[in-house]
Amino acid sequence: MKLLEHMGKEIFREYGIPVPAGMVAEKKEDLERIDIPFPWVMKAQVLVGGRGKAGGIKFASSMEEAKNAFDEIMAMEIKGERVRRVLVEEKLSIEKEYYLSFFLDRSSRNYLMMFSSQGGVDIEAMAENITKVYINPLAGLQGYHLRKIPKEVRDVAKRLYKIFTEKDCELAEINPLVISEGKAIAADSKIIVDNNSLYRHPELPAEDVELTPLEREAREKGIAFIQLDGNIGVIANGAGLTMATLDALNEFNGRGGVFLDLGGTDNPEKVKQAFELMVKAEPSVILLNLFGGITKCDTVARGIIEFMSQHEIKCPVVARIKGMNEEVAREMLKDYVIAVESFQEAAKKAAELGGD
Amino acid sequence: MAIWVDEDIRLLVQGITGHQGQFHTMAMKEFGTNVVAGVTPGKGGMKVHDVPVYNTVEEAMEKEPNASIVFVPAPFAKDAVMEALDAGIKFVVVITENIPFHDAMDFVHYGIYRGARIVGPNCPGIASPGKAKVGILPNTIFKEGSIGVASRSGTLTYEIVNSLTRAGLGQSTCIGLGGDPVIGSTFIDALKAFEEDDETEAMVLVGEIGGTAEEEAAEYIASRISKPVYAYIAGRTAPPGKRMGHAGAIISGGKGTAESKIRALEEAGVKVARFPHEIAEMIKNDKRV
Repeated sequence: MKLLEHMGKEIFREYGIPVPAGMVAEKKEDLERIDIPFPWVMKAQVLVGGRGKAGGIKFASSMEEAKNAFDEIMAMEIKGERVRRVLVEEKLSIEKEYYLSFFLDRSSRNYLMMFSSQGGVDIEAMAENITKVYINPLAGLQGYHLRKIPKEVRDVAKRLYKIFTEKDCELAEINPLVISEGKAIAADSKIIVDNNSLYRHPELPAEDVELTPLEREAREKGIAFIQLDGNIGVIANGAGLTMATLDALNEFNGRGGVFLDLGGTDNPEKVKQAFELMVKAEPSVILLNLFGGITKCDTVARGIIEFMSQHEIKCPVVARIKGMNEEVAREMLKDYVIAVESFQEAAKKAAELGGD
Repeated sequence: MAIWVDEDIRLLVQGITGHQGQFHTMAMKEFGTNVVAGVTPGKGGMKVHDVPVYNTVEEAMEKEPNASIVFVPAPFAKDAVMEALDAGIKFVVVITENIPFHDAMDFVHYGIYRGARIVGPNCPGIASPGKAKVGILPNTIFKEGSIGVASRSGTLTYEIVNSLTRAGLGQSTCIGLGGDPVIGSTFIDALKAFEEDDETEAMVLVGEIGGTAEEEAAEYIASRISKPVYAYIAGRTAPPGKRMGHAGAIISGGKGTAESKIRALEEAGVKVARFPHEIAEMIKNDKRV
């Protein structure tokens, strides 16, 4: 789960990392209550990158300018993301801009501290001048790691590492980490918390602003559900098989609109919930690709029938059912779905039905 | 032969009294695995399918287990793995999904420190047909033979193994490595073991988007593997930035795309299938096998 900048800065403040004086405004009237001397920096609170380039950061030297800037920012959509609120901050005098982050390096299975003396730009654009420091999780961050980066940012790095481990972060990043009047200050924050650890962080905000309303509903029900650009809804069991089914569709020029992983369930109730979500996404075809290893195909079929006998599904359902009790399941579903034999045929049929 | 799991396994089941633990203890016994003990704190003295249950791993060591499988729920999984490692168990398969990755980092590195092999987390485990299974893979899909399979997913692996079996191509060992970003055993570990295993004649690698494990495997194959390798990579149409069901299946910062993995593998001489079941045909048509 990504945190908005102002939420990340709250955590920085709690852990003693200096941040600019700032307040959040959700309505224009909120601006009146802000007692930070002008000039202000006004920043759109969105999760996507490239906010500055899109005009999501403005300056104001009077209340009138601030109100205009507020209206402009709140009316923006940055890369398709609606602006939720505006962070108002003091304008800092900037001497240097650094980059500092901690994240997981998957291939070495270590934590990685990255530092650059050229902050303020996209990290992918910084090919050179990057200091990389690998940290074994059992050893933890040590003094010799810190001595590889400038003295003036070591204290911030120590505190950021503490946030990274204590808040179960996938990424804890400050870009830019500015030097203002000789002091290191976090001018931005980017924090991504591991979703699997949210159960032990009741203190973190529960809003995951990245999800669509249907995706949020699915998460509450414990179903892996992702909305994509196309018009064919794919239901399969297992993340790998669901991805493979979407790929197979593409081979026949079909476009996947929903990724729905039933997981290892053969609970008819869960199957019903999955179909409910799928129908709400309004696909033009549903493709069910089931491989019953442990999952019994007939109990999945029972869930489908329960749903289809109560609800009208406006689109065709193509089903390929393989594995444990497949014959029983196919017989049960013969009046409800278009049954196909193979993986390939299923993808082909669904792509045809989904074509214009 | 076969790799990592064979007739000599004496298995401990951690979380044996849960729904999954009970079901799969039975299924593993039916496969032929020697399950010697189970652990669930507070449930010591019970029996599950004739397997004695203990409160701690330390107590269960009187049955001399040499491997453990973990079904313990995510919030307690790290504790369970650490307990097994401290009791001296050198082979631990972690089935549990949704484990915080910082926890996985800790037990993966503690496993290395203890000189143990960890498979998973978030994996279906490992099966050597005709010998033993430490995992949740369905018993019905296997056949004894000479193909080694290593995969990052579950059901997709069953699909592929099933099609191999139907084509008459048996397996030496099938390993589900796990769908998380941090896992105990990698493709390279599996490839190395299959290369050294006399029984294995060819290998199948089932990868997916996210990370660079397939690219690293490709490099290893090019320099160190003499046996034929076939692959399938899931997620060619997955959009960047979206986590496709598995915690590890995400394209981020332009890294982890299926294109990059397929290209790397093909450059290393690996035959990459466009559909999962194509692998069986590829192997049948290959004169090397």
